[in-house]
Amino acid sequence: MPMTVEQIEQFIKEAIPDATVEIEDLKGDGDHYSATVTSKSFSGKTRVEQHKMVYDAFNGKMGSDLHALKLKTVSE
Amino acid sequence: MNNNDHVSQNIENEINSNDVMLFMKGTPVFPMCGFSARVVEILNKVGVKFGSLNVLESDEMREGIKIYSNWPTIPQLYVKKEFIGGCDIITEMFESGELLELFNTNGIDVNPS
Repeated sequence: MPMTVEQIEQFIKEAIPDATVEIEDLKGDGDHYSATVTSKSFSGKTRVEQHKMVYDAFNGKMGSDLHALKLKTVSE
Repeated sequence: MNNNDHVSQNIENEINSNDVMLFMKGTPVFPMCGFSARVVEILNKVGVKFGSLNVLESDEMREGIKIYSNWPTIPQLYVKKEFIGGCDIITEMFESGELLELFNTNGIDVNPS
């Protein structure tokens, strides 16, 4: 089941409360999104670790319910 | 359990025998997904030799690699047995020049076009 922009933002903010999240629906189909997530909690972590923190926010829905999320993480 | 062991053994064999190993959907010649195609394109631009495995050929491999790497999506790139990332990270590293640097510091031959 596809996710809405609001749901994606909610998942991320629940896991990373201080995150600033910018989401774009790339194709307008509710299935291909791009997200830029900025948070202090990324500092000192590798890109893989930062992306994992965001993926983990989706409780296993990343890669299934949420098919395509082009992700960029920014450490504040 | 035995089944999982057998899958992770296969994954380890691939990672151990290829300095640059890409787990992808489809093949380098016929990628079956835009994200996999993008990583193949980048590796070709960098001019690095890489091994690849088409996860669509086996459901247990498709799920197994996600568990092995603790990473929910495919493609996945390994360099010298280390998980480097998926399409977004590889794209970012390519654009910043970090990817080339990674191959250089690991003594892996590149031939950028």
